[in-house]
Amino acid sequence: MIDVAEAVRNRMPAVTALAEKISVRGLHFYYGKNHVLRGLDVPLYAKRVTAFIGPSGCGKSTLLRTLNRIYDLYPNQRAEGEIIMDGKNILAPEEDVTLLRARVGMVFQKPTPFPMSVYENVAFAIRLYERLPRAELDVRVEQALRRAALWDEVRDKLGVSGMSLSGGQQQRLCIARTVAVRPEVILLDEPCSALDPISTAKIEELICELSSAYTIVLVTHNMQQAARVSDFTAFMYLGELIEFDRTSTMFTAPRDRRTMDYITGRFG
Amino acid sequence: MPEHTIKAFDTELQDIARMIAEMGALVEKQIAAAGTALMLHDVDAARHIIPVDLEVDKLQQEIEHKTVLTIARRQPMALDLRETIAALRIVGDLERMGDSAKSIAKRVISGAGERSPAEALHALARIIERVRGALRQVLDAYTRRDVERALGVWRADQAIDAEVDALMRELIAQMTADPRKIPICTDLLFCAKSIERFGDHATNIAETVYYMVKGKVLDAERPKSSAVQYGTPARS
Amino acid sequence: MKRYRARRRRNAVAVSVCAGATLLGLGWVILILLALLREGRSGMSLAVFTEMTPPPGAAGGLLNAIVGSLMMTALAVALGTPLGIAAATYLAEYGRHGRLRHVVRFFNDILLSAPSIVIGLFIYEILVAPLGHFSGYAGACALALIVVPVVVRTTEDMLLLVPDPLREAAAALGLPRAAVITRIAYRAAGTGMLTGVLLAIARISGETAPLLFTALNNQFISVDMGSPMASLPAVIFQFALSPYKEWQALAWTGALIITLAVLALNVTTRTIASARSRK
Repeated sequence: MIDVAEAVRNRMPAVTALAEKISVRGLHFYYGKNHVLRGLDVPLYAKRVTAFIGPSGCGKSTLLRTLNRIYDLYPNQRAEGEIIMDGKNILAPEEDVTLLRARVGMVFQKPTPFPMSVYENVAFAIRLYERLPRAELDVRVEQALRRAALWDEVRDKLGVSGMSLSGGQQQRLCIARTVAVRPEVILLDEPCSALDPISTAKIEELICELSSAYTIVLVTHNMQQAARVSDFTAFMYLGELIEFDRTSTMFTAPRDRRTMDYITGRFG
Repeated sequence: MPEHTIKAFDTELQDIARMIAEMGALVEKQIAAAGTALMLHDVDAARHIIPVDLEVDKLQQEIEHKTVLTIARRQPMALDLRETIAALRIVGDLERMGDSAKSIAKRVISGAGERSPAEALHALARIIERVRGALRQVLDAYTRRDVERALGVWRADQAIDAEVDALMRELIAQMTADPRKIPICTDLLFCAKSIERFGDHATNIAETVYYMVKGKVLDAERPKSSAVQYGTPARS
Repeated sequence: MKRYRARRRRNAVAVSVCAGATLLGLGWVILILLALLREGRSGMSLAVFTEMTPPPGAAGGLLNAIVGSLMMTALAVALGTPLGIAAATYLAEYGRHGRLRHVVRFFNDILLSAPSIVIGLFIYEILVAPLGHFSGYAGACALALIVVPVVVRTTEDMLLLVPDPLREAAAALGLPRAAVITRIAYRAAGTGMLTGVLLAIARISGETAPLLFTALNNQFISVDMGSPMASLPAVIFQFALSPYKEWQALAWTGALIITLAVLALNVTTRTIASARSRK
């Protein structure tokens, strides 16, 4: 099994200067008896956007869900291997999952605003970890909403239900909620697939802005989006990592035939 | 390489490649006709070349238009992207090659070739054959995505430049020896330069083909013989 | 064209049959309501709500029955709802992947369709006979046993309707499992769960059989749940079968009161549900 991270470093000497926020090593994943991820090795660099692309069923969403151990909610799903973040293996059973999820936030494909007001949606998240006086809470809520490029649109209606916003606004609300907790890593699982092109563009712009402060991992079906938004791209197929490279190289001159076929629309 | 899932994409790329081959063939005929007109000092033949150049230009516009549409419609990536960008570059080079042939034809109409020294004409004819060959080779390389063939053309540019240098030195020597020959030789000099440019464009196309297939730019310095300075006899 | 016309004819026939069936069904409901209104309205007066049940031949009201019904219903709901919600939470949240779930659901369905008289008898055996006397507590327990399966069913359905991504989103913020359920799932399913409780109340408002074995009845007004307690259904049962004119009139009035209350509850339930879905 090639150490992809090692191979990447050999080919891209400039990359050794980048810190690996998360290192996935030898990750295997099972849905019951189904062996879905096969020995994945991939580096996720700090304060960069890494995109995962691949045909349906290749395991990219599954990989994302191991990074914050959200699969723990389901008894018949299990992971083997190591995912090292800041020196510690987050797959270890003694790892505090709740704290992990405070550091690794996640935004899902379908916008999931809580059944509360816009303000409450964000405040709820903050209150999980901090006890703040109302004035400070207001400031934090505003900061988070500004960070998510939503403040201007909701500043006059913080009290309306989160579910009454449009799809694109709901998704940005979810992003605001996620960044309110001040995570280090943000996971995005096809965040724009349920949205119209304008909302998509706004969120892509958001991702670019956020990447200066957070490590971002993006799973997307849309190759053009991966090309627009990410610094590094990983192509997966049938649970394996086929190619990992700088986005600029991946989309102009990929090395693997399968990658080429996929991104030029010759797959299947 | 498997086909695109969207068949129309394949069709578009094939159409563009076909039209480039057509344009290339037309340009090759132009330079051949220009060469013949020069050798035989055939002003009528030379006059025929001028309007054909309009066709060449029209083809360039068509191909560019098609390529831009393909980019807009298909958002090509990787190999497809390189192919479409290559198409744009190649038709640019081909168009200028057509212009080189046209400028030779114009000189023929205004008197070049008449009473020219026979050796010089023969030398020019040889060089024209060489660049024709280069064009044919590089178009072949493009159609077949053959990097080796493209590299062959790229390296052969040096020999062509050497021959042009030799011819130019000879012409300068003649002009220095007999100033009455200056107008005739100057015409031939400019024709030689046109032909050299023709060859350079073929080499450009070779570099483009290399980039298209390999995905990286041909790094090495293009082999060039030393440039001849006008007015200074070259040291042998 | 001929086939089209034949289809249209068959369609017309089917529509008429459906309309007829609807009218038939609705007709009975309307007739019942009309009968209730006709017979019960005359007895309706303030006295009904302020005076207790009279002895035969005298005038009076239904105060003790109303109070008794209210108290036992309230206690039944207080007992049955938390139990039902807890069981439904297990079914919908914790036990989703286990086999125990099917067993629990099965038994819940049995309890849901158990004859209420059997439930009454059961409570009699464990809460009345050993203690030697009827009581309001026993009555409330019997009613609670009817509330529980209704609440379990509706709560489970409502919780299952809460989309999993919502739970995952809460968990992804770092919310522990229990908090995801109480602070998110319950909140999202909230109005649905409330509807379930209201339905349960509507159901037990009219239950007579279980009360007969447990709370019995009480002529006088009593708020002591440790002793026999009056209830509207029991009073109606007693008074309707009697030969006394005043008692019969009161029985009709009582029936009207129950019907109107259940109607009001149903309308409230629907209004809340539709207001929710419009949002």
